Amino acid sequence: MGKLKKTTKQELITCGIVVLFYIVITILDKTGNLKSHTKGLLVPICYYATAAVSLNLVVGFLGDLSLGHAGFMCVGAFSSALFSVAMKESTMPAGLRFFIALLIGTAVAALFGFLIGIPVLRLNGDYLAIVTLAFGEIIKNILAAIYLGKDEAGVHISLKSFPLQGEGKMLINGAMGIQGVPTDSKFLIAMLVLLITLLVIYHMVNSRTGRAIMSIRDNRIAAESIGIDITKYKMLAFTVSAAIAGTVGVLFAHNTSTLTAASTYFGYNVSIMILVYVVLGGIGSIRGSVIAAALLYALPEMLRGLGNLSNYRMLIYSVILIAVMLWNWAPAARAWRERVFKSKNKQKQES
Amino acid sequence: MLDFLNTFISGISLGSIYAIIALGYTMVYGIAKMLNFAHGDVIMVGGYLVYTGMISWGFNPLLAILFAMVGCTILGILTERIAYKPLRGATSNLAVLITAIGMSYFLQNISLQIFTANPKSFTSVVKWEGISLADGQLKIQGVTIITILTGAVILLALQLFINKTKAGQAMLAVSEDKGAATLMGIDVNKTISLTFAIGSGLAAIAGALLCSAYPVLTPYTGAMPGIKAFVAAVLGGIGSIPGAMIGGLLLGVAESLSKRFISTQLADAIVFTILIIVLLVRPTGLMGRKLQEKV
Repeated sequence: MGKLKKTTKQELITCGIVVLFYIVITILDKTGNLKSHTKGLLVPICYYATAAVSLNLVVGFLGDLSLGHAGFMCVGAFSSALFSVAMKESTMPAGLRFFIALLIGTAVAALFGFLIGIPVLRLNGDYLAIVTLAFGEIIKNILAAIYLGKDEAGVHISLKSFPLQGEGKMLINGAMGIQGVPTDSKFLIAMLVLLITLLVIYHMVNSRTGRAIMSIRDNRIAAESIGIDITKYKMLAFTVSAAIAGTVGVLFAHNTSTLTAASTYFGYNVSIMILVYVVLGGIGSIRGSVIAAALLYALPEMLRGLGNLSNYRMLIYSVILIAVMLWNWAPAARAWRERVFKSKNKQKQES
Repeated sequence: MLDFLNTFISGISLGSIYAIIALGYTMVYGIAKMLNFAHGDVIMVGGYLVYTGMISWGFNPLLAILFAMVGCTILGILTERIAYKPLRGATSNLAVLITAIGMSYFLQNISLQIFTANPKSFTSVVKWEGISLADGQLKIQGVTIITILTGAVILLALQLFINKTKAGQAMLAVSEDKGAATLMGIDVNKTISLTFAIGSGLAAIAGALLCSAYPVLTPYTGAMPGIKAFVAAVLGGIGSIPGAMIGGLLLGVAESLSKRFISTQLADAIVFTILIIVLLVRPTGLMGRKLQEKV
């Protein structure tokens, strides 16, 4: 390993962990050691890890706080589910259909990311945070209010419920969402999406582009003065992040048969949940995002099984969250750790 | 026309509630430079305290509100001491944001344990029927009038407090420059605690008024009004007290009008669209000061 570059090594370790996780789970599954409840967690773990990695690109590497990630997931979910439902009765093989659905969801979310990025990225700091949150909520609210149906008279779209003429089908039924989405998201595919995302983000971050993006985070004015096109790189990072969020949305949509734009799935709370994964995993650490997302998503779900304790699972989660943040970030805790670990190191040197 | 007027007045009332919450947000932001995501949940706690005082212990409404204010003030100071103060001077702004989110989860879930998820039906703290104008066609409820008056009184009192008292001037100084304020002999920690205390006390009043106007109380009642009030604070220019008031009123009226005349489902989307448009035209909000970038 000595000849490999440091960054390549990091990348290999992270991908290795993910592949190892897949192998272990598959062995457990084949030998029948996996409960069906745990199996149901596998695909969400993969897509939330993917979401955390993509958000880390904006929050960790570009240094802008975005709270609209769930909105891009929502766009990707609805556009791809619409395609899948429309194509369900055609002769297209399921694998190809899902592949195209993934491309559609990603592309549509990228388009939205680009369009929203134009106005949003002019703002800074907390203003950017609230505007991205606003865009996410707008997307969710509109998608929860749309009715789209196809009948003999053609395709209708409206904000109010309407009757269909003759033979027809409601594709998006307002707050009821899209029904009958084929459940194509499999663990293997979700895993591959995560791996591809990791490769894309690692290569992006460790390239000239990535260094330009990080220089904007570290000092925008200095970056500008050495000729870095701020707008271009901000847009690039934001759009790539949105596109991957769209892919996550596709996996989400095809993991449930009924897709609704409810707050529990696409509200600002979901964006905040993913942000928590990113920050706890370590801002700017890709491997941290993956591990934190997997652990933190699985933790409350695992606590469900613990009888009496399961009532307190979210309470326990919140206390742990606060404690970890204080331990990791409080200047006093940092100084204390440094003192303790330094004295240990000294003892080692002396002995 | 009367329909419009009715909706408009209830919009001002809703806006006054948003404004009272937004005042707390904006003061805390101005002084501690942090988004206190748990602020909305302090409103919810305030609502539950008023409920407990009035229903369980049989207090009269004013005493119940006073009790809630004291409770929320203590809660505000405690959260600041335990969760936010240790993070002052941390290298990342995100740290304190996530801690505030953790605090928000904590308050919601502790209320869930104590009061259960069953919605409590709240009895209004205002017993007055209100007045009816134009031969009974235009009815203004008592709670609406009281809410609007309370909002106005709080705004005036805060303006006087900040501009005329030493503690208020200290707040301005700390929000301007912490280091210089310390050098002038201002106790920064005490000033920040005071700000949290005032913000949380206002949140208790907002909680009582909110639950009187919309009498359903659950552990998640505070979340959305909290976000809306935050939007109002940003709309008005975060850190500015008159701005928070104007932002709150604008938001309340816009929400009521679009709920009545456009679409209930899209009301929130419309409110957020207004925020985006305002921020694109004036990136620091309606009353916000322009910041010059120093190299």
